[in-house]
Amino acid sequence: MITRRRLIYLLPAATMAWDFVLAGTPEASPNYAVTDHWWAMLLDITKCIGCGNCVRACATENDVPEGYFRTWVERYHVLDWPSETPIVDSPDGGKEGFPQSKNTGGKNFFVPKMCNHCSHSPCTQVCPVGATFDGPDGVVLVDEKYCLGCRYCIQACPYGCRFLHPTKHVAQKCTLCYHRITKGLTTACCENCPTGARQLADLKNPNDPIHEFLRTHAVEVLKPHLATGAKAFYNGLDGSVR
Amino acid sequence: MNRFKDSQHLLRLAGVFVAGLALFLVLRSALVPRSFGQYGHFRGDALAEIAARPINYAGQKTCEDCHSEIVELKHAGKHASVHCEACHGPQEKHTLDPSDVVPQLPDTTMLCPRCHEANLAKPAKFPQVDTKEHSSGEPCKTCHQPHSPLLMPEEKKS
Repeated sequence: MITRRRLIYLLPAATMAWDFVLAGTPEASPNYAVTDHWWAMLLDITKCIGCGNCVRACATENDVPEGYFRTWVERYHVLDWPSETPIVDSPDGGKEGFPQSKNTGGKNFFVPKMCNHCSHSPCTQVCPVGATFDGPDGVVLVDEKYCLGCRYCIQACPYGCRFLHPTKHVAQKCTLCYHRITKGLTTACCENCPTGARQLADLKNPNDPIHEFLRTHAVEVLKPHLATGAKAFYNGLDGSVR
Repeated sequence: MNRFKDSQHLLRLAGVFVAGLALFLVLRSALVPRSFGQYGHFRGDALAEIAARPINYAGQKTCEDCHSEIVELKHAGKHASVHCEACHGPQEKHTLDPSDVVPQLPDTTMLCPRCHEANLAKPAKFPQVDTKEHSSGEPCKTCHQPHSPLLMPEEKKS
């Protein structure tokens, strides 16, 4: 017989049991196993032509609001060495391409930028509610249902890759087209890059050409001194790029 | 004054703590999402939710399934590695309903210069032209077949 006292003893155990009942059977995802992947991106500065295809494709694929960018292209104009103050411009994120560069000597080149999907990401460390996280497959994502819009992650990202969505009031960023790569497609920016300056890479896949590329090329990540474990690898990265 | 033994004070206090703990566990199970902590300090279901968003770009393989003729033409030319949707735009809707959703043909006067307009910041090896000088506003496809862009033989020009 259940007395009041017994009920008090039983409640905690019942709560825990109910937890398991609610959890149900884990969702089956037949074609995609999160533990089989460790996603990264290869960005080749020596191939980027600043056409802005990636920026437009990203905006179309991910419904990025006007004036905000999950990926963008910067144009660097470096006059001297060492250059502490390179001249950088990015009209509308490079969405409509770039006007003619001025012929004043020095180096001119384009740098495509995006979330670096750091393996020790500063943005996820500061999230107070666990709304942004390092996924088990190496992609840094935002849970929009959980995000409070406190903007802490936006100021923590050393690469300036996050923004607050103007109407949803949640933090947004590059998802590495998570909805595409989990279906076996490449990201929208890679799909649309005409020169192959962007390559999606799976570091856990031994047959991915990224391994050969990293072995044979001078590849660097942005701001390596911050030890963020960035996984956006740049080929031909100039020291002036911030 | 002897209605309670001293030890009963402690038992009642313990009872309050147990009740508080039970309330905490009930509230916790009600408020914390089920999948929280599945992979780490976040809601595990978020992964599936983000993965479930619809796509707009169908992907090169999907295009190649139907348009094999153009793929062959493209592979023989300089644009072999340029994916279809890089110029033709997002075509997922077209792949779902190929007869009713027909893609618009891009205007080569606008399209080609996006990549091929001369700019100092572009890699020197990349083929570039000053379009004003090169074609004075003529559409590029007057002379070039976009899928295989080296100059067309004279008789094929339209």
